[in-house]
Amino acid sequence: MSISKLNKFLCYLVLILLSILCLISFYLLIINSTRAHSEIQKGFSFNFGDFFDANLKNVLDNDQLPVLKGIRNSLFVSIGTAILATYFSVLTAFSIHTYDFKFKRLAFTFIMMIMMVPPQVSALGFIRWMGELDLMDSLIPLFLPSIASPIVFYFMLAYMQSNLPKATIEAARMDGSSEFRTFNLIVLPIMKPAIAVQAIFTFVSAWNNYFIPSLIIRSAEKKTLPILIAQLRSADYLKFDMGQVYMLIFLAIIPIIVVYIILSKYIVRGVAVGSVKE
Amino acid sequence: MKTSKKSKSISYAKWGYIFLIPFFTIYIIFSLIPLVSTFYNSFFENYMSGLKQIGPNFVGLENYKTILFDTELPKYAYNTLLIWILGFIPQIIVSMVLALWFTSVRLKLKFTGFFKTVIYMPNLIMAAAFSMLFWTLFSDIGPVNNLLVAMGYEPISFFQNINATRGLVGLMNFLMWFGNTTILLMAGVMGIDSSILEAAQIDGASSWKTFWNVTIPSIKPILVYVFLTSLIGGVQMFDVPQILTNGSGGPDRTSMTMIMYLNKHLFSKNYGLAGALSVILFLITAIISFIIYKNLTEKGPKEKIDSNKKISVKGGGK
Repeated sequence: MSISKLNKFLCYLVLILLSILCLISFYLLIINSTRAHSEIQKGFSFNFGDFFDANLKNVLDNDQLPVLKGIRNSLFVSIGTAILATYFSVLTAFSIHTYDFKFKRLAFTFIMMIMMVPPQVSALGFIRWMGELDLMDSLIPLFLPSIASPIVFYFMLAYMQSNLPKATIEAARMDGSSEFRTFNLIVLPIMKPAIAVQAIFTFVSAWNNYFIPSLIIRSAEKKTLPILIAQLRSADYLKFDMGQVYMLIFLAIIPIIVVYIILSKYIVRGVAVGSVKE
Repeated sequence: MKTSKKSKSISYAKWGYIFLIPFFTIYIIFSLIPLVSTFYNSFFENYMSGLKQIGPNFVGLENYKTILFDTELPKYAYNTLLIWILGFIPQIIVSMVLALWFTSVRLKLKFTGFFKTVIYMPNLIMAAAFSMLFWTLFSDIGPVNNLLVAMGYEPISFFQNINATRGLVGLMNFLMWFGNTTILLMAGVMGIDSSILEAAQIDGASSWKTFWNVTIPSIKPILVYVFLTSLIGGVQMFDVPQILTNGSGGPDRTSMTMIMYLNKHLFSKNYGLAGALSVILFLITAIISFIIYKNLTEKGPKEKIDSNKKISVKGGGK
């Protein structure tokens, strides 16, 4: 009895230490975002300061860093990605799931094959080709490609296989519903839980994406948040107001954490949804 | 009657093709053409020498020879592998232990939902912002050094130190991915037929023996999957070391990864070398993916394949 209690105690201890390890950097971030540059330079403290509003105002008013535009661009790209990736992945999965056609097997195998190809390996061709299409320094190449998201497609297909009986589609056909109408009015609502999970994941990955945007975007007007952070990193650090540095990191990280905490139940379940689904 | 039915089924097949149009159109425009163009560029000499544009001239495999033998690519490949291992080893050990604890019937831990939520969180954080944060925290005048000084130690220049810089990248990779791996492994452990575990216990096998002889073989497909997707993620490692070292891969390019090197060539517009490097990275990824595919189709029961693929939503260990 006492040994099992000791075991349990050790488990909790390790879990608490790991949790602290995960959380401490964000705690330090929040603390320092509330302190003035001079306070931060003086040394570390575990207490909150009262410069949060001032830091926020300073970083939003900073002429060298178009932070408000950055937030707007990031939101635009991320929301666009989430909508396009989920809608068209369900559509693609619907095609493979519902219809019988000659090249179905081939199309499916092809999508599975391209699933693991990382975007970095075609980045060279991507930027040159975007240049030819006159899409350099545009936000379009940052979200439009998500219409073809093999991984989201696969997730949708797996969900569809266990949640969308073919009889449902047959019934809609009997009622005279066109295929496209059936998709929008019957299939999409059934897919809502899967769409919600994938909307979160695709939104977050677009929000965090740095490699491709840094190669496409040139003008200050169109920069997304990760590019602004990289810009801040390469600026002369000592000249910078550290309160603003922490505040910019705060703006890039904390909204995602807040949304995560609200939706964590669905997200953590979504990660392993395949094994839970039956 | 019969003919009308037949024509109807043909018209349904048509919809299958129509609904695939957006995916394939976009894929061809934004992925396939760039990929082919990357391969094509790798056979041409094409760079800026000062203000002078050299090429494009067809040079065959010359770029491949140059990038493999006349650059520091082997060093960067070594860095990438080493930093990946630094993150992966603690990740797989900690995740395995946590997966066993969270699923253990004997331990009956409370608050597992809370702990899972906390350890998964770093996975969703913007890697660029997270590494900027680590850089400010560990900089020469940052909070970590403040604490060291306050405790009476000498301050440490973390980013002048090879092991410290590599270790920090490894630590960040660990923090960002161990929660994800834990959830994957939990799915695997929960999928084990409990009667096998009970049988092992009745036979008097110790927990350690049960773990090695029953649990590990049962979740082997998932373990291999985690290993290989993490390796693919490791090959793609970029955001964290790029921001942490401001693209320099310092100190002395000991934390420069392969994608950082690719990024350098893309920015300096050396399209020939960038192309050759991209093709090499493509081949590495393709080989690893092929092994994953083999592993899953040969040994994995169907549910496991499903859960694995799902999890790849978050990719490997970037």
